[in-house]
Amino acid sequence: MIYRECGVFKTSYAADMALYRAPLAKVAVAAVAVFCVVVVPLGSNDHLLSLANLVGIAVVGAIGLNILTGFTGQISIGHGAFMAVGGYTAAILSARYGMPFWVGLIAGGALAAVVGTFFGIPSLRIKGLYLAIATLAAQFIIEWAINHITWISGGVQSTIYVPKPSLGGVLLNSERKKYYMILVVAALSYVFAMNLVRSRVGRAFMAIRDRDVAAEIIGVDIFAYKLLAFAISSFYAGVAGALFTYYLEIANYEQFTITVSVQYLAMIIIGGLGSVLGSVFGAIFITLLPIVLRWVVEGAWGLFAPPTSAMLDVLANLRLIVFGGLVIFFLILEPDGLYRLWRHVKDYFRVWPFAY
Amino acid sequence: MNQRWYEAFRGLTLMMAACMALATLATAATQEPIVLGGECDRTGPTQLVGVNLCHGVLDYVKLVNKKGGVAGRPIKYLEVEHGYEVPRAVEAYETMKGQGAVAMFDYGTPIVYALTPRHMADRIPGITPGFGRADSADGKRFPYIFPLAASYWSQGAAAMKFVLDDWKKAGKQPKDLKLAYVFYDNPAGREPIPTLERLAKQESFQLRTFAVPPPGLEMSAAALDIARRYRADWVIAHLFGRSPSVSIKELNKVGYPLNRVISLVWGAAEVDIDAAGWDIAQGYLGMQFAGVGQDFPVIQEIIKMYQEEGQAPPEPLQKVSVYYNRGVFNAALMVEAVRLALEKFGEPITGEKVRQGFESIQDFTLGGVVPPMAVTDEDHEGGGWVRIYQVKDRKWVPVTDWFTGYREVVWELVKEAAAKGE
Repeated sequence: MIYRECGVFKTSYAADMALYRAPLAKVAVAAVAVFCVVVVPLGSNDHLLSLANLVGIAVVGAIGLNILTGFTGQISIGHGAFMAVGGYTAAILSARYGMPFWVGLIAGGALAAVVGTFFGIPSLRIKGLYLAIATLAAQFIIEWAINHITWISGGVQSTIYVPKPSLGGVLLNSERKKYYMILVVAALSYVFAMNLVRSRVGRAFMAIRDRDVAAEIIGVDIFAYKLLAFAISSFYAGVAGALFTYYLEIANYEQFTITVSVQYLAMIIIGGLGSVLGSVFGAIFITLLPIVLRWVVEGAWGLFAPPTSAMLDVLANLRLIVFGGLVIFFLILEPDGLYRLWRHVKDYFRVWPFAY
Repeated sequence: MNQRWYEAFRGLTLMMAACMALATLATAATQEPIVLGGECDRTGPTQLVGVNLCHGVLDYVKLVNKKGGVAGRPIKYLEVEHGYEVPRAVEAYETMKGQGAVAMFDYGTPIVYALTPRHMADRIPGITPGFGRADSADGKRFPYIFPLAASYWSQGAAAMKFVLDDWKKAGKQPKDLKLAYVFYDNPAGREPIPTLERLAKQESFQLRTFAVPPPGLEMSAAALDIARRYRADWVIAHLFGRSPSVSIKELNKVGYPLNRVISLVWGAAEVDIDAAGWDIAQGYLGMQFAGVGQDFPVIQEIIKMYQEEGQAPPEPLQKVSVYYNRGVFNAALMVEAVRLALEKFGEPITGEKVRQGFESIQDFTLGGVVPPMAVTDEDHEGGGWVRIYQVKDRKWVPVTDWFTGYREVVWELVKEAAAKGE
């Protein structure tokens, strides 16, 4: 039977840890699955699918950063660089050694995890803004290494063309086929993260985030768990970077600059720190907002006059202003992000129409 | 009675025929437009280039449409702003593809990289003047990518030819030449190094490279090194954004003669000299892949077009002609390729036909805005033509005609890159 629970009536740990808290959740998940697997790929053209693909890649990266920053409380401005590690690993394996793309994905994630753990070592001693600067160093060091070590970059241009990914003899050469590739990876990332955060490990992460000294006293091994958080988060980053590389069929470090790191931070802050679903909301918001704003602003203007160069200048900057304004608006409206907004909506309808 | 019915019937038929003829005429006049696409960067790191360059593209398309379009069909140019971000550029590409663009102008090096596989898969030619990898000049390997302008390899080789010619003219031996290459430390900045290294070996001059780390605003140590320690005879500079103006100021400060400094194409615009100061920059040499200034028939036509509308010519045209003319260059080559494609293969226009249109561009100089390039199915660069300009008083003045340098060395590198296949 489909019904909504109207309060917290958990009587066992198992119920509290359940992935589906109410029967309706199962239906909702099934609906989302049908939407993603059937409706989106069949109902969209290449243009909309390319948007879905970009969002999918951002979702993987944002979930990864949220595990580190949102759940464990360690700020990282090196996320873009960890993505670059994954991207270049995948590119080198596929372009030079002819490895299939799934090997590249896993290897990219694994090497990024190793590098991320290494750059996570300072987190054992420093916190907060100081850690942010330490991870900023990671961003610059990795960028420099990719650019200057010829074996990695493949020459002064630092770009590697990657052959089209293929799976079981099927060449993933269209937006639609790549959509399924990205969807599977994104779904796996989401399910793993959902399970991670309700496990012993996830709870240890949250204990560290809320008060590391207290966590240590109740027996959480801070050393291991902080580094584990860096490893998992960087693994996600590496997979996202590899996915982006296979999607574009080229590895280029300018896809992974500090701007990208900051954008991912923006995604999880707007989506909701410490929420897996929030990462998805944030990824959608930050990826699509500039594009949707272009449609809206230029479409609205197009009703009055054909665009001239001077107007396009104004519109481009107007869009930046609106973007900044919306980000601030959402943060003031709900500092805990879009996820909390979503929760408010859900809570309202949970008891609707008998609110009292 | 019968007669009258017949008269009425005949009148009606004639009227209908006239209406139909009018309708066909009307459709002929408002034919389906040919869609061309282009990205732009009106916000973002290279915004200073974008606002001026894209203006030139739009104005040229407007001029073409005013003159009746291409083979009677108007051009619809779709500009999509991407803010120099790769994901937004992917969306921009798909937007333009969805609207049926038959050729596109890709803006920005990372964007060119990201879109290259798409152009190849969708068989839509993309032009990338001034951006992208030098080895994409290889038309056999990248059939749908058209750099059209001189690549960084060609620019490096041409700069070297200019320097060595000048050096030999003074009666000196190449082995005594001390060349300093100062570059923005990113892939685009490093790209000419293989050319220069190969030429240093071949022509046996001395070469030393000086990397300027991004954002390239601190160069006093490098300038001092170049002028006082290394005592370079010539400097080739390859810098972007704010850094060209910084290099001019710093080299001037240490007393290095600026008429021994030659900048590649992204450090040679009016805006760079504005930032450094025109008085300081006297003698500074800059390389161009499109003509500079307003003394071209096509630019005059655009000015006239504005005057007829009762407007002053736009500011980019007057003040930043280096970038504005590059925009005209981009638009003109796309339109010319479409024209050639229609002329040779007829309707319906497709990306494949436009590609062949590009590959038959020859002797299309637009009165000097475009070099005398010849694009072939092998050479998508069209020969790698450049022209050197110099800062004199408050203007960029040409000091050479269009020329190319060491093509065999450049093509050796292109072929090696193709063999490596990365």
